[in-house]
Amino acid sequence: MSVVQEKVSVVRRAAPQGRRFVLTPTVTVYLALVALLVVGSVLVGLKGGVLLDEGGILNILTRSTVLGLVAVGQTMAIVTGSLDLSVAYLIGLCSLVAAETMAGDTSMIAPAVVLVLVVAASVGLVNGLVITVLKANAFIATLGVALILRGYLEHNYTGPAGSVPRAFQHLGYDRIGPIPAATLLMLLIAAGVWWYLRRTRTGYHMYAVGGDIEVARLSGVRTSRTIVTAHVLCSLMAGLAGIFLASRLGSGAPYVGMDAGYDLESIAAVVLGGTVLAGGRGGVVGTIGGVLILSTLDTVFDDLAVDPFFKNVVRGVVLIIAVALYARSKGNGRTS
Amino acid sequence: MNSRLKWRPRLTDGTAPVLVVLAVLLVALAFAGPAYSEPAGYLALLKRAAPLVILAIGQYLVIVSGGFDLSVGSLVTAEVVIAARLINGDDGNTVWVVALLLGFGVLVGLVNGLITTRLLVPSFIVTLGMLLVLDGAVFLWTGGAPRGALSESFRVPGRGSLEIPVLGQVPWSVLILLVVLVGAVLFMRGGTGRTLIAVGDNENAVRLAGGRVDRLRLLAFVSSGLLAALAAILLAGFAGVSAQVGRGLEFRAITAVVLGGVLLGGGRGSVVAAAAGALSLEALFSLLKLVGVSGALESAVQGVIIIAAVAYAAHGAGLRQKLRIRKPAPALP
Repeated sequence: MSVVQEKVSVVRRAAPQGRRFVLTPTVTVYLALVALLVVGSVLVGLKGGVLLDEGGILNILTRSTVLGLVAVGQTMAIVTGSLDLSVAYLIGLCSLVAAETMAGDTSMIAPAVVLVLVVAASVGLVNGLVITVLKANAFIATLGVALILRGYLEHNYTGPAGSVPRAFQHLGYDRIGPIPAATLLMLLIAAGVWWYLRRTRTGYHMYAVGGDIEVARLSGVRTSRTIVTAHVLCSLMAGLAGIFLASRLGSGAPYVGMDAGYDLESIAAVVLGGTVLAGGRGGVVGTIGGVLILSTLDTVFDDLAVDPFFKNVVRGVVLIIAVALYARSKGNGRTS
Repeated sequence: MNSRLKWRPRLTDGTAPVLVVLAVLLVALAFAGPAYSEPAGYLALLKRAAPLVILAIGQYLVIVSGGFDLSVGSLVTAEVVIAARLINGDDGNTVWVVALLLGFGVLVGLVNGLITTRLLVPSFIVTLGMLLVLDGAVFLWTGGAPRGALSESFRVPGRGSLEIPVLGQVPWSVLILLVVLVGAVLFMRGGTGRTLIAVGDNENAVRLAGGRVDRLRLLAFVSSGLLAALAAILLAGFAGVSAQVGRGLEFRAITAVVLGGVLLGGGRGSVVAAAAGALSLEALFSLLKLVGVSGALESAVQGVIIIAAVAYAAHGAGLRQKLRIRKPAPALP
């Protein structure tokens, strides 16, 4: 029966159950989001506030923008069976590159953005090459790159540096009704990544490689190229997050990514969204749901004036419960 | 897997390189700093390294069985903060607080292990969740900054020494480290230890062969929690109370284990190599300080090292073969 060898032994006793309707993780995560919004609204309402007024929506969406960008990139890496621990420092580095290149000069916006994307892509390339050519485990490879970036940042910067021109701050603060423009951009990019993962050949290859790299290779997929692509795209998304943060903060901040813990946080959002950590299953839609849940939780806690440290406790518990639920339902969710 | 193991029974495959690295670092230290011209310098190094080595041994047990324990760093912080708060400077509280700390470590390991084995959540996620919970809970409890103080007797294991006839002053932490290391080596040589490695290599095979996989993995997590508690006690004694004491220790311990040639994902590697990896890391940091490399670059060096170590582990077999071909190799059976 279940002598099938799984890469990570999550599925064990895949009890053969009848073909019942099964909640996929993606559906679950959005149901959970709705439930959270209802419960949150009630709780905040009891304290005399309103959760989903304009300020509340703005708050949730602004929080979602950076994490969303990073997590969408992280989704590609994780689906490919990899993961990226270097994004947090990369975000800091990219915000610095952006702000220092611009140095308050409007005409330097375009070159700065291009430069950031080049820097991010090369870091992603290094990640990918260390994994594929040096055959280092993705965890170690990206942790190593993260430590190198951290050393560079700590050695060269002590605090914020550079400044972005006023015109560039529109990216961070403009909004259409209650929806920040940057959030729309983020969702647009997420839609693009969804299309890429679900409708293009390389996207399918990512799922194939994440599912079983040996089988993918024997089927003629260029596995190394796929992994490198996933990492370059993941780093590019982190670069975009850095650009957005530079525009919001007005300058580059070396530790902005690390202080917010975007490395582990983005992995948490991806996994919360139903993507399997071992790769091969999941997707961007769930990730966005996971991101929205995390930022809604934050906003609810802020509105309730809960101790900020309590947030972490709840996050940890939510994360574990969510993955435990997915692990339970997966046995019957994927019989073929 | 490796048929050559038969005629090289004493050192597990992958142990030799890290021992060479360690030896080179120790010799380099002797040249770089006058403090290392006598045994006392090396004892001080061992004392400094003891908490990390103990953490690495715990991390090794989890990694070799196919898991991760990301929660040890925040567990160390939690333990130290709890200790300061509960002892509150009173020597009379030391004994029960130490017992409580060890119990707390076991409890955290038990929760990690039970969620991993019963709820089938990958250990990466479980211990990441635990990291968040511990981080949050501790500071929720203390209100943001550690309060209280450690007692003198509590700090003895971390910074005190024992007068031993031939060797002179031997730090307690070195003795504790030796006990832990010997215990771990004996454990890994026994049947349970060997089955633990087998679990990391092929869980299904062990299950079909009648091994109690869940219990073994649980044992690994509990040991890791317990050893993290022990490391926290040593670290608190050595460095005092701070809210940052455990920050990044989980990655440092994983680095040490990987440096020891232990395969992430489990199934291969020896506990001695993991301990040697931790000691090498600490020796390297001491060396960098002596040579005058800025502390900020420490992490960059750590990054380069772990990538190099893993790359060597992946390609080392090929490299070694090439070297063997060049010089006439001893005839193989």
